[in-house]
Amino acid sequence: MTKPKVAFYWCASCGGCEEAVVDLAEDILKVVDAIDIVLWPVAMDFKKSDIEAMADGSIAVSFINGSVRTSEQDEWVKLLRKKSGLVVAFGACSHLGGIPGLANLSSRQQLLDTVYVQVPTVNNPNKIYPQTICTVAEGELELPAIHEEVRTLDQVIDVDYYLPGCAPPPNLIMDAVLAILSGNLPEKGTVLALDKSLCDTCPRKESKPDKLKISDVKRISMTIIPEDKCFLAEGVICLGPATRSGCGERCINANMPCRGCFGPTKAVQDQGAKFLSGFSSLFDSEDEAEINAFAESVIDPAGLFYMFSLASSLKAKFHDRS
Amino acid sequence: MKKIGVFVCHCGINIASTVDIPKLVEDLKNYPGVAYIQDYKYMCSDPGQTLVKEKIKSEKLDAIVVAACSPTLHENTFRMAVQTVDMNPYNCEIANIREQCSWVHKNITEATEKAKRIIKSVVEKALLDEDLEPVKVPVTRKALVLGGGIAGIQSALSIANSGYDVILVERQSSIGGRMAQLSETFPTLDCSQCILTPKMVDAGQHENIRLMTYSELEDISGFVGNFKVKIKQKAKYVNWDKCTGCGLCIEKCPKKVPSEFDQGLGKRKAVYTPFPQAVPNKPVIDCENCTYFKTGKCRLCEKVCPFDAIDFNETESFIEEEVGAIVVATGYDVYPVLNMSEYGGGKIPDVIDGLTFERILSASGPSGGEVRRPSDGKIPKEIVFIKCVGSRDPENHYPYCSKICCMYTTKHAMLYKHRVHDGQPYIFYMDVRAGGKGYEEFYQRAQEEDKVVFLRGKVSKVYQDDDKVVVCGIDTLSGSNVEIRADLVVLAMAIRPSKGIEELAQLLKISIDQNGFLTEAHPKLRPVESLSAGIYLAGCAQAPKDIPDTVAQATATAAMVLNLFSREYLLHEPIITGVDEELCSGCGLCIAVCPYDARKTNREKGVVEVNEILCEACGACAAACPSGAAQQRNFTDTQFSNMVKAILAE
Repeated sequence: MTKPKVAFYWCASCGGCEEAVVDLAEDILKVVDAIDIVLWPVAMDFKKSDIEAMADGSIAVSFINGSVRTSEQDEWVKLLRKKSGLVVAFGACSHLGGIPGLANLSSRQQLLDTVYVQVPTVNNPNKIYPQTICTVAEGELELPAIHEEVRTLDQVIDVDYYLPGCAPPPNLIMDAVLAILSGNLPEKGTVLALDKSLCDTCPRKESKPDKLKISDVKRISMTIIPEDKCFLAEGVICLGPATRSGCGERCINANMPCRGCFGPTKAVQDQGAKFLSGFSSLFDSEDEAEINAFAESVIDPAGLFYMFSLASSLKAKFHDRS
Repeated sequence: MKKIGVFVCHCGINIASTVDIPKLVEDLKNYPGVAYIQDYKYMCSDPGQTLVKEKIKSEKLDAIVVAACSPTLHENTFRMAVQTVDMNPYNCEIANIREQCSWVHKNITEATEKAKRIIKSVVEKALLDEDLEPVKVPVTRKALVLGGGIAGIQSALSIANSGYDVILVERQSSIGGRMAQLSETFPTLDCSQCILTPKMVDAGQHENIRLMTYSELEDISGFVGNFKVKIKQKAKYVNWDKCTGCGLCIEKCPKKVPSEFDQGLGKRKAVYTPFPQAVPNKPVIDCENCTYFKTGKCRLCEKVCPFDAIDFNETESFIEEEVGAIVVATGYDVYPVLNMSEYGGGKIPDVIDGLTFERILSASGPSGGEVRRPSDGKIPKEIVFIKCVGSRDPENHYPYCSKICCMYTTKHAMLYKHRVHDGQPYIFYMDVRAGGKGYEEFYQRAQEEDKVVFLRGKVSKVYQDDDKVVVCGIDTLSGSNVEIRADLVVLAMAIRPSKGIEELAQLLKISIDQNGFLTEAHPKLRPVESLSAGIYLAGCAQAPKDIPDTVAQATATAAMVLNLFSREYLLHEPIITGVDEELCSGCGLCIAVCPYDARKTNREKGVVEVNEILCEACGACAAACPSGAAQQRNFTDTQFSNMVKAILAE
């Protein structure tokens, strides 16, 4: 019997998700024994034409990490969708847009201006921007186009499952692979992690007061947080209540609050808005001036509340892309 | 998919003249979920309701949407109607195409399109509506009345006379309140104590009333029909079980202090009852002034008490009770004259407030009803009364009208004239508000029979000159400046909710308005209810009012309490915000936002639980819940999302 074919692909990502696969350590041998890797650009040499030559649906599953920003990524993920039985959005960028999704706070032109003109170390007096077509002595060169926006994988192709996290923890990857190999799969569209939010599994849960109220916002870099105290109760913004659990509380155990990389629970459409709605209710004041000062004291709210999920916010979902 | 019936009402021409109903019906008949659609001229009429009921049966409908007027009008009508054909009332929804569509638009094409979208969105809601059953709550048929003034007494008596137990709590050692301090009452001039004391005695002796004076509400939990209250009785140092009220201790007590009841004009002892007709007529020892408590020596009262009732070791005590309803009748304080230094308040001894003048006029007062001024006991020959002091003055004091001052000042002037025939009363007023039965006639009588001089204008200055208090003002009717060298000045000070109302409101979770008075549920239609179910408001704690209005309102609170007690159990709206335990992580954000204390963490299960009876479905928790576990029944995020999509869809 032939082994199921598996593809790994990366789009706009940092490489951490690739690292996460490697982090399976010895377990990767079991995986490699059971499957046939047909594509893994970070580790092995395959060409696009190799995949194009395959029959449609012949890849059992494609794990695709990174958000989608360029025309090349568009082409690749559409190709993989066609060739694969299942597509798993692998990691926060693919699932929610991730850190690259924060680029959606700026227009494409602003980003290009910053990178190619405004950065002090750039010397580009003629304001030359990258072009998709460029003629050189040897002929015409083509570069992928950059889209106006960063998109999540499911905004580009149909996605079967999601492996959340920045990056997904090895145990969830292993569970997902085993589930796929055994055919023991949950409902399509499932996020392959726990159902409840992080507070449920948080080791500091017991320290949370019955009535959570905060009187000022502290920044993690300016505060000493006792290692056993609920971050929110200490006034440090922690997205745990609005974030799906299953990460193994890696940040919490390193005395860092949750930043939200696992995304919302299944009942929530917009993680940042939902957290903001809950968080803003926690401030212990009825005085308008105090409340305004409290709101002002939150530095970079978009970056905080939407660190990983801006590209999947309601605003993005309903945005007219025509 | 559920089978939805849509019933479109013309409302005569109210809807039909702006919304193209045939087109609406045609366009909606194939909308997913719509199994039946029908229009009718007046859906709320009997034939209209019959049509709805028949079609529910014949078309085997699972839910209906009535496209008509606002749900505040006929939602109940149709929910009752569908129940008669065994449809759960929560499967009946109203699409408001009148107030929110036909009445506010003119263009037929656009209004029709909007009506269509409104109906589609409500169909989406109805598709996901669930059958709901009202939450049943038992009722404890015992009431707590806070405040033993005329409002509290009236409310307590009315409830007790209907056969239910009442706990009447009063902060002072005797019930009676402000009314006991008054001399005579307008417009009949009958003696205040004479009409009040029979009610006090009645309340004191009533078999259904448990009187708890010298006591205050300490703590409360629970909800309508099922409150748990803790009441603190302050240390009295007199064992009231042994005390017969003989008064020997009071007679022998060597320490005299100014009497609060007499507004500081007379003296009382350190062991005292506030006034002779006190109910209960048992003394307390004021430990702040008692010689024994201050120096460790004396104990004369203990020596003379024939019943061994003095107990210097007594401590405050607590009782816990369960009650089903609470009446708040905590009354008012007079805004202190100290706040009116421009009128000499607190500086000139012969500038006093109206309540002090009541004690001067009172037959049981410190001067036995003879009008004598505080500074030297002289009988004043000219008195200036100034109205609206601190009231109707939004810049400096309070914006509202204290309501009782017009009439009591008129009464003061009359009573003064009756006692001092050659005296002259003057009243400075902004307006005379004599709206009440017999009030205008009373005011006319003061002018015509008693020759009270009414001066329409404000007083600019009050100062002491020898033994006179000079009042400078303006008479705007004649346009002339007025200067009166008076012997006494009486300020009709604003009335304020009594001290501690904020703390009490916080304890009871009821709200107070911008002026500090308790807020009624609706200014016209629910004037004696607070917004917290089972808590009712009577008397000046809610707003300034006179005795007739207070008694009427207090009686109304009793009606509300009896209405509550007449039911075997209470039904509570089942549209509450629940918790999906599969999703709830117990983060507790919802607990912090719940204004009704309806949510609590179950630490064992690691989830938040809802007390369905306390939940008023405000939805704050649903908005705050970061995991989507808190969802309002039949108003879930999914329903809203589908509704919005239906409205926005091309």
